[in-house]
Amino acid sequence: MNRDANCHKITINGAIRIEDVVKVYDPDGAAIMAVDHCSIDIPGGEICMIVGPSGCGKTTLLNAIAGFHGITSGEIYLDDELLCGRGKMQAKPASDRIVVFQNGALFPWKSNLDNVVFGPMMEGKLSKEEIYDKAISMMADAGLSGTEHSYPGEVSSGLRRRVEIVRALMLEPKVLLFDEPYRALDSLTKSVMHEALLDIYYKNKVTIFFITHDLEEAIFLGHRLIIMSSRPCKPKQIVEVDIPHPRDYSVLTSPRFRELMEEAKGVVHEEAKKAFEAGEKEG
Amino acid sequence: MRKTNLKEGILSRAFLRGVIAITIFLLVWEVGSCFEVWFGYRVPWIGLIPPPTAVFISWGGLIGDLSYWQSWYLSFMRVLTGFFAAMIIGIPFGLFMAVNRTFHGISFPIFEILRPIPPLAWVPASIIFWPTQELSIAFVTFLGAFYTIVINVLGGAKSINKQYLQAAQSMGASQWDIFRRVVLPATLPSIVVGSAVGMGITWEVVVAAEMISGGGGSGGAGGGLGFFIWNSYVGGSYEQIIVGMISIGIAGYFSSEMLRKLGGLLTPWLKTR
Repeated sequence: MNRDANCHKITINGAIRIEDVVKVYDPDGAAIMAVDHCSIDIPGGEICMIVGPSGCGKTTLLNAIAGFHGITSGEIYLDDELLCGRGKMQAKPASDRIVVFQNGALFPWKSNLDNVVFGPMMEGKLSKEEIYDKAISMMADAGLSGTEHSYPGEVSSGLRRRVEIVRALMLEPKVLLFDEPYRALDSLTKSVMHEALLDIYYKNKVTIFFITHDLEEAIFLGHRLIIMSSRPCKPKQIVEVDIPHPRDYSVLTSPRFRELMEEAKGVVHEEAKKAFEAGEKEG
Repeated sequence: MRKTNLKEGILSRAFLRGVIAITIFLLVWEVGSCFEVWFGYRVPWIGLIPPPTAVFISWGGLIGDLSYWQSWYLSFMRVLTGFFAAMIIGIPFGLFMAVNRTFHGISFPIFEILRPIPPLAWVPASIIFWPTQELSIAFVTFLGAFYTIVINVLGGAKSINKQYLQAAQSMGASQWDIFRRVVLPATLPSIVVGSAVGMGITWEVVVAAEMISGGGGSGGAGGGLGFFIWNSYVGGSYEQIIVGMISIGIAGYFSSEMLRKLGGLLTPWLKTR
Protein backbone atom coordinates (compact mmCIF):
# COMPACT_ATOMS: atom_id res chain seq x y z
CA MET A 1 0.00 0.00 0.00
CA ASN A 2 2.75 2.35 0.91
CA ARG A 3 4.38 1.58 -2.33
CA ASP A 4 1.28 2.57 -4.27
CA ALA A 5 0.94 5.82 -2.36
CA ASN A 6 4.55 6.57 -3.10
CA CYS A 7 4.16 5.85 -6.76
CA HIS A 8 1.22 8.18 -7.12
CA LYS A 9 2.86 11.04 -5.35
CA ILE A 10 6.11 10.98 -7.25
CA THR A 11 5.60 9.30 -10.56
CA ILE A 12 9.19 8.45 -11.33
CA ASN A 13 11.69 7.98 -8.57
CA GLY A 14 14.31 5.31 -8.66
CA ALA A 15 12.69 3.07 -11.24
CA ILE A 16 15.19 0.67 -12.76
CA ARG A 17 14.69 -0.89 -16.14
CA ILE A 18 17.01 -3.63 -17.25
CA GLU A 19 16.52 -4.43 -20.90
CA ASP A 20 17.92 -7.48 -22.60
CA VAL A 21 21.25 -7.28 -20.78
CA VAL A 22 23.98 -9.73 -21.67
CA LYS A 23 27.31 -9.99 -19.91
CA VAL A 24 30.03 -12.22 -21.23
CA TYR A 25 33.24 -12.58 -19.29
CA ASP A 26 36.20 -13.36 -21.43
CA PRO A 27 39.09 -14.47 -19.29
CA ASP A 28 41.79 -16.01 -21.49
CA GLY A 29 39.48 -16.23 -24.48
CA ALA A 30 37.08 -18.67 -22.79
CA ALA A 31 33.82 -16.74 -23.13
CA ILE A 32 31.65 -17.30 -20.06
CA MET A 33 28.14 -15.98 -20.16
CA ALA A 34 27.21 -14.61 -16.75
CA VAL A 35 23.97 -12.83 -17.65
CA ASP A 36 21.80 -14.03 -20.53
CA HIS A 37 19.29 -11.64 -22.13
CA CYS A 38 17.97 -10.48 -18.82
CA SER A 39 15.06 -8.03 -18.59
CA ILE A 40 13.73 -6.77 -15.28
CA ASP A 41 11.47 -3.82 -14.61
CA ILE A 42 11.55 -2.41 -11.09
CA PRO A 43 9.14 0.41 -10.23
CA GLY A 44 10.40 3.20 -7.99
CA GLY A 45 10.18 2.51 -4.27
CA GLU A 46 9.91 -1.25 -4.63
CA ILE A 47 11.87 -3.77 -2.61
CA CYS A 48 12.89 -6.18 -5.32
CA MET A 49 14.54 -9.37 -4.15
CA ILE A 50 16.80 -11.12 -6.60
CA VAL A 51 16.98 -14.76 -5.56
CA GLY A 52 19.26 -17.34 -7.07
CA PRO A 53 21.92 -19.94 -6.35
CA SER A 54 25.43 -18.83 -5.44
CA GLY A 55 27.57 -17.79 -8.35
CA CYS A 56 24.69 -17.48 -10.80
CA GLY A 57 25.62 -13.97 -11.91
CA LYS A 58 23.34 -11.88 -9.69
CA THR A 59 26.25 -9.79 -8.47
CA THR A 60 27.27 -9.16 -12.09
CA LEU A 61 23.93 -7.49 -12.63
CA LEU A 62 24.30 -5.42 -9.47
CA ASN A 63 27.80 -4.32 -10.44
CA ALA A 64 26.51 -3.24 -13.84
CA ILE A 65 23.84 -1.03 -12.23
CA ALA A 66 26.37 0.40 -9.77
CA GLY A 67 28.82 1.05 -12.59
CA PHE A 68 31.65 -1.12 -11.28
CA HIS A 69 31.86 -2.94 -14.57
CA GLY A 70 30.31 -2.82 -17.99
CA ILE A 71 27.83 -5.00 -19.86
CA THR A 72 28.24 -6.72 -23.20
CA SER A 73 24.93 -5.70 -24.72
CA GLY A 74 21.52 -4.41 -23.67
CA GLU A 75 20.53 -1.31 -21.76
CA ILE A 76 19.95 -0.27 -18.16
CA TYR A 77 17.85 2.79 -17.32
CA LEU A 78 17.32 4.68 -14.09
CA ASP A 79 14.12 6.76 -14.26
CA ASP A 80 14.20 6.52 -18.05
CA GLU A 81 17.71 7.90 -18.15
CA LEU A 82 20.25 5.65 -19.79
CA LEU A 83 22.83 4.34 -17.31
CA CYS A 84 24.61 2.05 -19.69
CA GLY A 85 24.10 0.57 -23.14
CA ARG A 86 24.12 1.88 -26.70
CA GLY A 87 27.87 2.26 -27.01
CA LYS A 88 28.48 3.45 -23.45
CA MET A 89 28.69 0.04 -21.87
CA GLN A 90 29.75 1.01 -18.35
CA ALA A 91 27.66 3.24 -16.10
CA LYS A 92 29.38 5.94 -14.09
CA PRO A 93 29.28 5.19 -10.35
CA ALA A 94 27.28 7.92 -8.63
CA SER A 95 25.61 8.69 -5.36
CA ASP A 96 22.10 7.98 -6.69
CA ARG A 97 22.95 4.25 -6.60
CA ILE A 98 24.77 3.07 -3.50
CA VAL A 99 25.89 -0.47 -2.82
CA VAL A 100 25.79 -2.13 0.59
CA PHE A 101 28.42 -4.81 0.19
CA GLN A 102 28.46 -8.46 1.12
CA ASN A 103 31.34 -8.15 3.55
CA GLY A 104 30.70 -4.55 4.47
CA ALA A 105 32.82 -1.70 3.20
CA LEU A 106 32.87 0.71 6.11
CA PHE A 107 36.29 2.32 6.34
CA PRO A 108 37.85 0.71 9.44
CA TRP A 109 40.10 3.73 10.04
CA LYS A 110 37.20 6.15 10.41
CA SER A 111 34.78 6.31 13.33
CA ASN A 112 31.20 5.32 12.57
CA LEU A 113 30.18 8.97 12.45
CA ASP A 114 33.04 9.89 10.13
CA ASN A 115 32.03 7.01 7.89
CA VAL A 116 28.47 8.27 7.76
CA VAL A 117 29.50 11.82 6.81
CA PHE A 118 32.00 10.67 4.18
CA GLY A 119 29.68 10.90 1.17
CA PRO A 120 28.16 14.33 1.85
CA MET A 121 31.61 15.68 2.75
CA MET A 122 32.86 14.51 -0.65
CA GLU A 123 29.88 16.12 -2.36
CA GLY A 124 30.43 19.37 -0.49
CA LYS A 125 26.87 20.60 -1.02
CA LEU A 126 26.15 21.20 2.66
CA SER A 127 28.23 22.85 5.36
CA LYS A 128 30.17 20.69 7.78
CA GLU A 129 27.82 21.42 10.69
CA GLU A 130 24.74 20.60 8.64
CA ILE A 131 26.26 17.33 7.55
CA TYR A 132 27.23 16.29 11.07
CA ASP A 133 23.84 17.30 12.48
CA LYS A 134 22.07 15.28 9.82
CA ALA A 135 24.36 12.30 10.39
CA ILE A 136 23.80 12.31 14.15
CA SER A 137 20.03 12.52 13.80
CA MET A 138 19.95 9.80 11.13
CA MET A 139 22.11 7.54 13.27
CA ALA A 140 19.78 8.15 16.20
CA ASP A 141 16.81 7.23 13.99
CA ALA A 142 18.47 3.95 13.11
CA GLY A 143 19.15 3.15 16.77
CA LEU A 144 22.84 3.91 16.55
CA SER A 145 23.11 6.53 19.27
CA GLY A 146 26.20 6.04 21.36
CA THR A 147 28.19 4.30 18.63
CA GLU A 148 29.12 7.49 16.78
CA HIS A 149 32.66 7.68 18.06
CA SER A 150 33.47 3.98 18.02
CA TYR A 151 35.36 2.45 15.15
CA PRO A 152 33.43 -0.03 13.01
CA GLY A 153 35.66 -2.77 14.43
CA GLU A 154 34.43 -1.99 17.92
CA VAL A 155 30.72 -2.60 17.33
CA SER A 156 28.83 -5.80 16.48
CA SER A 157 28.45 -6.88 12.87
CA GLY A 158 24.73 -6.13 13.02
CA LEU A 159 25.36 -2.54 14.06
CA ARG A 160 28.07 -2.24 11.41
CA ARG A 161 25.55 -3.12 8.71
CA ARG A 162 23.18 -0.53 10.06
CA VAL A 163 25.91 2.10 10.00
CA GLU A 164 26.63 1.17 6.43
CA ILE A 165 22.98 1.55 5.43
CA VAL A 166 22.82 4.94 7.14
CA ARG A 167 26.01 5.94 5.33
CA ALA A 168 24.34 5.03 2.05
CA LEU A 169 21.10 6.87 2.92
CA MET A 170 22.97 10.06 3.83
CA LEU A 171 23.40 10.70 0.12
CA GLU A 172 19.66 10.37 -0.48
CA PRO A 173 20.12 7.77 -3.19
CA LYS A 174 17.30 6.72 -5.44
CA VAL A 175 18.39 3.11 -5.34
CA LEU A 176 20.05 0.99 -2.68
CA LEU A 177 21.84 -2.05 -4.02
CA PHE A 178 22.30 -4.83 -1.47
CA ASP A 179 24.68 -7.65 -2.23
CA GLU A 180 23.77 -10.36 0.27
CA PRO A 181 24.49 -7.98 3.13
CA TYR A 182 23.30 -10.30 5.89
CA ARG A 183 25.01 -13.40 4.66
CA ALA A 184 27.55 -13.51 7.46
CA LEU A 185 25.07 -12.82 10.26
CA ASP A 186 23.53 -15.47 12.50
CA SER A 187 19.81 -16.02 12.04
CA LEU A 188 18.81 -14.20 15.23
CA THR A 189 20.73 -11.07 14.34
CA LYS A 190 19.44 -11.42 10.82
CA SER A 191 15.77 -11.22 11.83
CA VAL A 192 16.48 -8.12 13.93
CA MET A 193 18.32 -6.60 10.98
CA HIS A 194 15.41 -7.31 8.66
CA GLU A 195 13.02 -5.39 10.86
CA ALA A 196 15.54 -2.60 11.21
CA LEU A 197 15.93 -2.41 7.45
CA LEU A 198 12.17 -2.23 6.92
CA ASP A 199 12.00 0.43 9.58
CA ILE A 200 14.62 2.49 7.78
CA TYR A 201 12.86 1.82 4.47
CA TYR A 202 9.52 3.09 5.74
CA LYS A 203 11.21 6.34 6.75
CA ASN A 204 13.26 6.79 3.57
CA LYS A 205 11.51 5.58 0.46
CA VAL A 206 14.05 4.26 -1.96
CA THR A 207 14.13 1.49 -4.49
CA ILE A 208 15.87 -1.55 -3.07
CA PHE A 209 17.60 -4.05 -5.30
CA PHE A 210 18.43 -6.84 -2.91
CA ILE A 211 20.43 -9.93 -3.80
CA THR A 212 20.05 -12.97 -1.60
CA HIS A 213 19.86 -16.72 -1.64
CA ASP A 214 17.86 -16.85 1.58
CA LEU A 215 14.21 -17.41 0.64
CA GLU A 216 12.82 -16.53 4.04
CA GLU A 217 14.65 -13.21 3.95
CA ALA A 218 13.45 -12.59 0.41
CA ILE A 219 9.77 -13.16 1.16
CA PHE A 220 9.86 -11.30 4.47
CA LEU A 221 11.40 -8.16 2.95
CA GLY A 222 10.35 -8.03 -0.67
CA HIS A 223 7.41 -6.74 -2.63
CA ARG A 224 8.50 -9.11 -5.34
CA LEU A 225 10.90 -12.00 -5.75
CA ILE A 226 12.70 -12.47 -9.00
CA ILE A 227 13.99 -16.00 -9.01
CA MET A 228 16.98 -16.34 -11.30
CA SER A 229 18.08 -19.36 -13.24
CA SER A 230 21.54 -20.76 -12.56
CA ARG A 231 24.37 -19.48 -14.72
CA PRO A 232 23.84 -17.81 -17.13
CA CYS A 233 21.60 -15.66 -15.00
CA LYS A 234 18.13 -14.82 -16.31
CA PRO A 235 14.77 -14.32 -14.59
CA LYS A 236 13.01 -17.63 -14.32
CA GLN A 237 9.97 -16.84 -12.25
CA ILE A 238 8.50 -13.81 -10.54
CA VAL A 239 6.71 -14.23 -7.23
CA GLU A 240 4.52 -11.33 -6.05
CA VAL A 241 4.52 -11.12 -2.26
CA ASP A 242 1.02 -9.89 -1.47
CA ILE A 243 1.60 -9.52 2.25
CA PRO A 244 0.94 -5.86 3.02
CA HIS A 245 3.63 -3.54 4.34
CA PRO A 246 4.46 -2.48 7.02
CA ARG A 247 5.48 -5.95 8.12
CA ASP A 248 6.96 -7.28 11.32
CA TYR A 249 8.28 -10.67 12.31
CA SER A 250 4.78 -12.07 12.96
CA VAL A 251 4.54 -12.31 9.16
CA LEU A 252 6.97 -15.22 9.35
CA THR A 253 4.37 -17.44 10.98
CA SER A 254 1.40 -16.38 8.83
CA PRO A 255 -0.15 -19.01 6.52
CA ARG A 256 0.32 -16.81 3.45
CA PHE A 257 4.03 -16.56 4.18
CA ARG A 258 4.26 -20.34 4.27
CA GLU A 259 2.34 -20.72 1.06
CA LEU A 260 4.69 -18.34 -0.69
CA MET A 261 7.67 -20.19 0.77
CA GLU A 262 6.34 -23.47 -0.66
CA GLU A 263 5.73 -21.87 -4.02
CA ALA A 264 9.19 -20.34 -4.29
CA LYS A 265 11.06 -23.23 -2.73
CA GLY A 266 10.27 -25.63 -5.56
CA VAL A 267 11.63 -23.30 -8.21
CA VAL A 268 14.71 -22.31 -6.26
CA HIS A 269 15.57 -25.87 -5.36
CA GLU A 270 15.44 -26.94 -8.99
CA GLU A 271 17.86 -24.14 -9.97
CA ALA A 272 20.16 -24.79 -7.04
CA LYS A 273 20.35 -28.43 -8.10
CA LYS A 274 21.24 -27.41 -11.65
CA ALA A 275 23.89 -25.01 -10.39
CA PHE A 276 25.32 -27.71 -8.15
CA GLU A 277 25.48 -30.23 -10.99
CA ALA A 278 27.09 -27.66 -13.29
CA GLY A 279 29.64 -26.98 -10.56
CA GLU A 280 30.32 -30.70 -10.25
CA LYS A 281 30.99 -30.91 -13.96
CA GLU A 282 33.28 -27.89 -13.97
CA GLY A 283 35.12 -29.02 -10.88
CA MET B 1 45.24 7.15 38.69
CA ARG B 2 48.64 7.22 37.06
CA LYS B 3 50.32 5.97 40.20
CA THR B 4 48.12 2.90 40.46
CA ASN B 5 48.78 2.18 36.80
CA LEU B 6 52.48 2.31 37.44
CA LYS B 7 52.14 0.07 40.48
CA GLU B 8 50.03 -2.40 38.56
CA GLY B 9 52.54 -2.29 35.72
CA ILE B 10 55.43 -3.18 38.01
CA LEU B 11 53.56 -5.88 39.89
CA SER B 12 51.95 -7.41 36.80
CA ARG B 13 52.80 -11.00 35.97
CA ALA B 14 54.27 -10.15 32.61
CA PHE B 15 56.65 -7.63 34.14
CA LEU B 16 57.70 -9.98 36.93
CA ARG B 17 58.32 -12.79 34.47
CA GLY B 18 60.59 -10.46 32.51
CA VAL B 19 62.55 -9.50 35.63
CA ILE B 20 62.92 -13.12 36.74
CA ALA B 21 64.02 -14.24 33.29
CA ILE B 22 66.71 -11.56 33.05
CA THR B 23 67.94 -12.33 36.57
CA ILE B 24 68.26 -16.04 35.85
CA PHE B 25 69.97 -15.28 32.56
CA LEU B 26 72.53 -13.08 34.33
CA LEU B 27 73.07 -15.69 37.06
CA VAL B 28 73.73 -18.51 34.60
CA TRP B 29 76.08 -16.24 32.69
CA GLU B 30 77.88 -15.18 35.88
CA VAL B 31 78.32 -18.72 37.19
CA GLY B 32 79.11 -20.08 33.74
CA SER B 33 81.82 -17.60 32.98
CA CYS B 34 83.67 -18.48 36.21
CA PHE B 35 84.46 -22.03 35.06
CA GLU B 36 86.06 -23.01 31.86
CA VAL B 37 85.29 -26.64 32.61
CA TRP B 38 81.74 -27.75 33.45
CA PHE B 39 81.25 -31.20 34.97
CA GLY B 40 84.41 -32.37 33.32
CA TYR B 41 83.52 -30.96 29.90
CA ARG B 42 85.13 -27.96 28.30
CA VAL B 43 82.42 -25.57 27.26
CA PRO B 44 83.70 -23.71 24.24
CA TRP B 45 81.77 -20.51 24.59
CA ILE B 46 80.46 -19.38 27.92
CA GLY B 47 83.69 -19.96 29.89
CA LEU B 48 85.58 -17.55 27.68
CA ILE B 49 83.39 -14.50 27.93
CA PRO B 50 83.74 -12.03 30.76
CA PRO B 51 81.19 -12.37 33.59
CA PRO B 52 78.35 -9.81 33.83
CA THR B 53 79.84 -8.26 36.97
CA ALA B 54 83.02 -7.40 35.08
CA VAL B 55 80.91 -6.07 32.21
CA PHE B 56 78.92 -3.86 34.56
CA ILE B 57 82.07 -2.57 36.25
CA SER B 58 83.54 -1.73 32.86
CA TRP B 59 80.25 -0.12 31.88
CA GLY B 60 80.29 1.96 35.08
CA GLY B 61 83.67 3.31 34.05
CA LEU B 62 82.27 4.30 30.66
CA ILE B 63 79.21 6.16 31.91
CA GLY B 64 81.23 9.30 32.47
CA ASP B 65 83.22 8.82 29.29
CA LEU B 66 82.15 11.31 26.63
CA SER B 67 83.45 9.25 23.71
CA TYR B 68 81.17 6.33 24.70
CA TRP B 69 78.13 8.61 24.50
CA GLN B 70 79.55 10.06 21.32
CA SER B 71 79.34 6.54 19.87
CA TRP B 72 75.68 6.31 20.85
CA TYR B 73 75.00 9.68 19.33
CA LEU B 74 76.75 8.92 16.05
CA SER B 75 75.04 5.56 15.57
CA PHE B 76 71.66 7.02 16.43
CA MET B 77 72.10 9.88 14.02
CA ARG B 78 73.07 7.51 11.22
CA VAL B 79 70.18 5.19 11.92
CA LEU B 80 67.70 8.05 12.02
CA THR B 81 69.09 9.73 8.89
CA GLY B 82 69.05 6.51 6.90
CA PHE B 83 65.70 5.49 8.26
CA PHE B 84 63.95 8.79 7.58
CA ALA B 85 65.48 9.03 4.13
CA ALA B 86 64.14 5.53 3.45
CA MET B 87 60.70 6.56 4.69
CA ILE B 88 60.62 9.79 2.70
CA ILE B 89 61.68 8.11 -0.52
CA GLY B 90 60.28 4.62 0.08
CA ILE B 91 56.67 5.40 1.02
CA PRO B 92 55.82 7.55 -2.03
CA PHE B 93 57.81 5.18 -4.24
CA GLY B 94 55.85 2.17 -3.02
CA LEU B 95 52.51 3.97 -3.22
CA PHE B 96 53.18 5.23 -6.70
CA MET B 97 54.19 1.76 -7.82
CA ALA B 98 50.93 0.44 -6.41
CA VAL B 99 48.64 2.95 -8.12
CA ASN B 100 50.40 3.48 -11.45
CA ARG B 101 50.77 0.45 -13.68
CA THR B 102 53.25 2.08 -16.06
CA PHE B 103 55.52 3.16 -13.26
CA HIS B 104 55.24 -0.30 -11.72
CA GLY B 105 56.22 -1.87 -15.02
CA ILE B 106 59.26 0.36 -15.36
CA SER B 107 60.61 0.30 -11.84
CA PHE B 108 59.63 -3.06 -10.39
CA PRO B 109 62.11 -5.25 -12.35
CA ILE B 110 65.05 -3.00 -11.43
CA PHE B 111 63.86 -2.87 -7.85
CA GLU B 112 63.58 -6.64 -7.67
CA ILE B 113 67.09 -7.14 -9.03
CA LEU B 114 68.61 -4.68 -6.59
CA ARG B 115 66.59 -5.86 -3.59
CA PRO B 116 68.34 -9.18 -2.95
CA ILE B 117 71.74 -7.47 -2.80
CA PRO B 118 72.53 -7.23 0.92
CA PRO B 119 73.19 -3.66 2.03
CA LEU B 120 76.62 -4.72 3.26
CA ALA B 121 77.59 -5.75 -0.27
CA TRP B 122 77.15 -2.08 -1.13
CA VAL B 123 79.80 -0.96 1.37
CA PRO B 124 82.86 -1.01 -0.93
CA ALA B 125 80.96 0.56 -3.82
CA SER B 126 79.47 3.27 -1.66
CA ILE B 127 82.85 4.09 -0.11
CA ILE B 128 84.13 4.60 -3.65
CA PHE B 129 81.14 6.54 -4.97
CA TRP B 130 80.20 8.81 -2.09
CA PRO B 131 82.52 11.74 -1.34
CA THR B 132 82.56 11.34 2.45
CA GLN B 133 82.60 8.34 4.72
CA GLU B 134 79.58 9.66 6.58
CA LEU B 135 77.55 9.70 3.39
CA SER B 136 78.57 6.19 2.45
CA ILE B 137 77.51 4.86 5.87
CA ALA B 138 74.24 6.78 5.63
CA PHE B 139 73.62 5.37 2.17
CA VAL B 140 74.14 1.78 3.28
CA THR B 141 71.87 2.36 6.29
CA PHE B 142 69.27 3.86 3.99
CA LEU B 143 69.33 0.76 1.78
CA GLY B 144 68.74 -1.44 4.81
CA ALA B 145 65.36 0.11 5.51
CA PHE B 146 64.41 1.17 1.97
CA TYR B 147 63.61 -2.20 0.38
CA THR B 148 61.61 -3.43 3.35
CA ILE B 149 59.54 -0.25 3.50
CA VAL B 150 58.85 -0.24 -0.24
CA ILE B 151 57.86 -3.91 -0.34
CA ASN B 152 55.50 -3.47 2.61
CA VAL B 153 53.91 -0.30 1.26
CA LEU B 154 53.47 -1.86 -2.17
CA GLY B 155 51.96 -5.03 -0.75
CA GLY B 156 49.71 -3.10 1.60
CA ALA B 157 48.44 -0.72 -1.07
CA LYS B 158 47.86 -3.54 -3.55
CA SER B 159 45.83 -5.63 -1.14
CA ILE B 160 43.32 -2.91 -0.29
CA ASN B 161 39.79 -4.27 -0.29
CA LYS B 162 38.43 -3.29 -3.71
CA GLN B 163 35.06 -2.53 -2.15
CA TYR B 164 36.53 0.38 -0.18
CA LEU B 165 37.51 1.95 -3.48
CA GLN B 166 34.15 1.20 -5.08
CA ALA B 167 32.26 2.56 -2.08
CA ALA B 168 34.30 5.77 -2.14
CA GLN B 169 33.77 6.05 -5.87
CA SER B 170 29.98 5.77 -5.63
CA MET B 171 29.97 8.30 -2.81
CA GLY B 172 31.44 10.80 -5.21
CA ALA B 173 35.07 10.86 -4.10
CA SER B 174 37.54 12.19 -6.66
CA GLN B 175 40.71 10.29 -7.60
CA TRP B 176 42.74 12.48 -5.27
CA ASP B 177 40.24 12.00 -2.43
CA ILE B 178 40.33 8.25 -2.95
CA PHE B 179 44.12 8.31 -2.75
CA ARG B 180 44.27 10.56 0.28
CA ARG B 181 41.29 9.26 2.24
CA VAL B 182 41.21 5.59 1.27
CA VAL B 183 44.49 4.33 -0.19
CA LEU B 184 46.69 6.15 2.29
CA PRO B 185 44.92 5.20 5.54
CA ALA B 186 44.34 1.66 4.28
CA THR B 187 48.07 1.33 3.67
CA LEU B 188 49.05 2.87 6.99
CA PRO B 189 49.19 -0.43 8.93
CA SER B 190 51.59 -1.84 6.32
CA ILE B 191 53.67 1.32 6.50
CA VAL B 192 53.95 0.91 10.26
CA VAL B 193 54.95 -2.76 9.97
CA GLY B 194 57.44 -2.00 7.21
CA SER B 195 58.99 0.78 9.28
CA ALA B 196 59.36 -1.42 12.36
CA VAL B 197 61.09 -4.16 10.37
CA GLY B 198 63.14 -1.56 8.49
CA MET B 199 64.29 0.01 11.75
CA GLY B 200 65.62 -3.35 12.95
CA ILE B 201 67.56 -3.88 9.73
CA THR B 202 68.93 -0.32 9.96
CA TRP B 203 70.57 -1.11 13.29
CA GLU B 204 72.07 -4.32 11.95
CA VAL B 205 73.45 -2.52 8.95
CA VAL B 206 74.81 0.60 10.65
CA VAL B 207 76.88 -1.41 13.12
CA ALA B 208 78.43 -3.54 10.40
CA ALA B 209 79.08 -0.50 8.23
CA GLU B 210 80.81 1.25 11.12
CA MET B 211 83.00 -1.77 11.78
CA ILE B 212 84.06 -1.95 8.17
CA SER B 213 84.63 1.74 7.57
CA GLY B 214 86.58 2.14 10.82
CA GLY B 215 87.31 5.16 12.96
CA GLY B 216 88.17 7.39 10.05
CA GLY B 217 91.47 8.55 11.50
CA SER B 218 90.97 12.07 12.74
CA GLY B 219 88.44 13.03 15.42
CA GLY B 220 84.83 13.49 14.35
CA ALA B 221 84.41 11.14 11.39
CA GLY B 222 83.79 7.44 11.93
CA GLY B 223 83.05 6.22 15.42
CA GLY B 224 79.68 4.88 16.46
CA LEU B 225 78.76 1.80 18.47
CA GLY B 226 79.94 -0.56 15.74
CA PHE B 227 83.35 1.03 15.74
CA PHE B 228 83.29 1.02 19.54
CA ILE B 229 82.95 -2.78 19.52
CA TRP B 230 85.59 -3.23 16.87
CA ASN B 231 87.96 -0.92 18.69
CA SER B 232 87.43 -2.82 21.94
CA TYR B 233 88.19 -6.06 20.13
CA VAL B 234 91.37 -4.66 18.64
CA GLY B 235 92.33 -3.22 22.02
CA GLY B 236 91.61 -6.55 23.72
CA SER B 237 88.97 -5.25 26.12
CA TYR B 238 86.46 -8.08 26.08
CA GLU B 239 84.25 -6.43 28.69
CA GLN B 240 83.80 -3.43 26.44
CA ILE B 241 82.83 -5.65 23.50
CA ILE B 242 79.93 -6.93 25.60
CA VAL B 243 79.09 -3.39 26.76
CA GLY B 244 78.91 -2.30 23.10
CA MET B 245 76.71 -5.26 22.19
CA ILE B 246 74.27 -4.63 25.03
CA SER B 247 74.23 -0.92 24.18
CA ILE B 248 73.10 -1.76 20.66
CA GLY B 249 70.47 -4.09 22.04
CA ILE B 250 69.10 -1.32 24.24
CA ALA B 251 69.26 1.25 21.44
CA GLY B 252 67.45 -1.07 19.03
CA TYR B 253 64.79 -1.92 21.59
CA PHE B 254 64.29 1.75 22.34
CA SER B 255 63.90 2.60 18.64
CA SER B 256 61.42 -0.20 18.03
CA GLU B 257 59.41 0.72 21.10
CA MET B 258 59.21 4.35 19.95
CA LEU B 259 58.03 3.20 16.53
CA ARG B 260 55.43 0.87 18.05
CA LYS B 261 54.08 3.72 20.17
CA LEU B 262 54.01 6.05 17.18
CA GLY B 263 52.43 3.38 15.02
CA GLY B 264 49.76 2.80 17.66
CA LEU B 265 48.93 6.51 17.64
CA LEU B 266 48.71 6.55 13.85
CA THR B 267 46.48 3.48 13.60
CA PRO B 268 44.15 3.71 16.61
CA TRP B 269 41.48 1.56 14.96
CA LEU B 270 43.70 -1.52 15.03
CA LYS B 271 43.81 -1.63 18.82
CA THR B 272 40.26 -2.87 18.98
CA ARG B 273 40.87 -5.98 16.94
